Amino acid sequence: MVAPMAKPPKNKDDLPLTPLSKPRIASTGKTGSWRTFRPAVNREKCTKCRICWIFCSEGCIELDQDNSPKINYDYCKGCGICAHECPLKIIVMEREAET
Amino acid sequence: MTTLKELPTEEYLLPGHAACSGCGATIAIRLAQKALGPRTVFVVPACCTSVLQSAFPFTAFDTPCLNIAFEAAAAAASGVVAAFEARGLKDVTVLAWAGDGGTVDIGLQALSGAAERGTNFIYVCYDNEAYGNTGFQRSGSSPFGSRTTTTPTGKREHKKDVPMIMATHGIPYVATACVSYPTDFVDKLRKAKAMTGTRYLQVLTPCPPGWRFSTEKTVELGRLAVQTGIWPLYEIVHGKFEFSPPSATLVDKAKRKPIEEYLKHQGRFDSITPEDIDELKRWIDESWEKYKRLQQEL
Amino acid sequence: MTQVIVETGNRVAGLACKAARAQVIAAYPITPQTTVVEQIADLVETGQMDAKYIRVESEHSAMAACIGAAVGGARAFTATSAHGLALMHEMLHWASAARLPIVMANVNRAMGPPWNIWADFSDSLSQRDTGWIQFYCADNQEIFDTIIQAYKLCEDKRVFMPAMICFEGFILSHTSMPVRIPDQDEIDDFLPPYNPPWLLDVDNPITHGPIVYPEWYMEFRYFMYEALENARQLISEIDKDYGRRFGTEYGGHIEKYLCEDADLIIFSMGTIGSEAKLAVNRLRSQGHKVGAARVRVFRPFPKDEIQNLTKNAHMVTVIDRQVSYGMEGPLHTEVKASLCSGKDSPLTAGFIAGIGGRDVTAHDIEAMVNKSIQYLKAGRVEKEVNWIGLRE
Repeated sequence: MVAPMAKPPKNKDDLPLTPLSKPRIASTGKTGSWRTFRPAVNREKCTKCRICWIFCSEGCIELDQDNSPKINYDYCKGCGICAHECPLKIIVMEREAET
Repeated sequence: MTTLKELPTEEYLLPGHAACSGCGATIAIRLAQKALGPRTVFVVPACCTSVLQSAFPFTAFDTPCLNIAFEAAAAAASGVVAAFEARGLKDVTVLAWAGDGGTVDIGLQALSGAAERGTNFIYVCYDNEAYGNTGFQRSGSSPFGSRTTTTPTGKREHKKDVPMIMATHGIPYVATACVSYPTDFVDKLRKAKAMTGTRYLQVLTPCPPGWRFSTEKTVELGRLAVQTGIWPLYEIVHGKFEFSPPSATLVDKAKRKPIEEYLKHQGRFDSITPEDIDELKRWIDESWEKYKRLQQEL
Repeated sequence: MTQVIVETGNRVAGLACKAARAQVIAAYPITPQTTVVEQIADLVETGQMDAKYIRVESEHSAMAACIGAAVGGARAFTATSAHGLALMHEMLHWASAARLPIVMANVNRAMGPPWNIWADFSDSLSQRDTGWIQFYCADNQEIFDTIIQAYKLCEDKRVFMPAMICFEGFILSHTSMPVRIPDQDEIDDFLPPYNPPWLLDVDNPITHGPIVYPEWYMEFRYFMYEALENARQLISEIDKDYGRRFGTEYGGHIEKYLCEDADLIIFSMGTIGSEAKLAVNRLRSQGHKVGAARVRVFRPFPKDEIQNLTKNAHMVTVIDRQVSYGMEGPLHTEVKASLCSGKDSPLTAGFIAGIGGRDVTAHDIEAMVNKSIQYLKAGRVEKEVNWIGLRE
């Protein structure tokens, strides 16, 4: 369940009485900007075993109804665990394009 | 034995958090939340988790989380448990979630006290074998021969065996786990949840920047730790010792992979001497003899 | 049903904890606090008190457990002394910054080494910067009353800060005095159930105490400062209300004795304040217009009241049961600070007495006043810090 978007405070009147943080996706930002390599899944060969999903360090792989993995590239840090653990080796780490 | 297909797909650790790329601890958090469900309150001392959750005003934790001082996880959790009991709140799990620093060293007193009092909570020590949060200084949980910033030529002491210390407290459940064996960890947490009293789990969470390995190997290294026997998986349920399936076959020393297979990937062992490797092997073998005796004792 | 009992300060503190309906007590024994926790253990185990008593393994854990209890939704209480208070220092900071209305009884005892189990204020005054509200009691009735008043104060949403109720070891903790215990229903009417400032709630998940960068940390500290400023007014109001309902009140921040026409006012805290009244009577019979001001609340420090109180006085005698090494008695410093912005402030002379439980008598206080009068006559305070009763 993705929590509703919490808003950042603008001045002290927006603050709670003590530091209380609200749950929010992208709490540190769009961490996808951290990566050098991005995982590409070969969907045709995927057997939907869920291994990439369970070992994702970021928790940014969602599963479709049929267990197909969908990587959220806004947050993927490119660690490569999914590619390394995929039993069929159908996830390939590709270098991010130069910007 | 739960399968991957049976695990809930909801995520309570919201992505876009501050953990290092390839962090083993976040895998452990996700697994713990899937095992225990959203009616779980985390009590987190100073450790990597207190930082990876992100800075105010947002948190990656979609389960309630009390941050507390480094040594105080088990004590603060004791207070939360007492408050819930006083209020008659029954279906909420109190989970102390601490690194090895806040458990094995500075947090050991509070943990021992809570266990001796039979405090009704689950305590998970996620173990990256050093003080990760502050840049990887040695902890009592760092293995022999490993380089940390305060043991630059390799730690001279062996890893403190906290699961055994906890078992000696006579608590109903002690288990070791590893993120590379996710369903084993989930099953152990679920078993713990169904019990009452103090339940202690220590889960190995490999750390790419600390152990100095390429980020994609986090899960592979956890697996090798188990396969070489340096991190055995077991449970002690009401005092009865039992190896978990991935370790049960390794009682035969010949079936354990050579330790070099594990050490060679890790920069923290890159200057370990052959003598130190022999010492490490001796310790591993001796530890297994100890576990075998425990297993036979019943 | 109001009762009058004759009991020691410690047992009275335990009874106040029960009357305040504390739900979780986490405490570790230390002389001279021990009988507080023994009393509480007895009340809980005999079913007279519906609470959880966590027999923690150290004072640091005691405060950590109280913090956990408070955010778990329960009214929390603890008690300690000296080294126990010092050991929980880190967590005192934590409790106040987490804005938790925890109430603690601190039985004042001297810090070691050497081991000394008798009274002085070195323990609690060393904690004056932690954000905790500090009360100092002069008799057992005040111990009972102040613990109840403190919960009401701390749980007010304008405050939400913790408080320690300090009373001297052995002098009060182990001395029996008559104490009126009001009817429980009336106490419940005065002090409603626990009002938590925030909670760990699975239906509304929040994270407390994450990293806060410099861009916001200062505001949270400002809120704590504001809370203690808000407490000033409330302390007086609550004391008055309590007095109306139950018959005992203490003058809010300062218990004043014959100060209105005084040329010289004696400032002190705790039981020295009671002794000072005897000294005042004797001095007055000798023709000196002297008054006594017992500072009941050290934090927030009653600087405005002190300025008002002393506006017609020429001399202020401050008695400290602690010295801040490298400076002087803390009460002396703070009284001087309260006066320094006034025009024509009185002279102040500081006296260090009663360290490590050494007795301070009315006779000693008379001598301090006579010394102060000498300074006044000379027009200057030759020695600002005067140690009393040293074996020369």
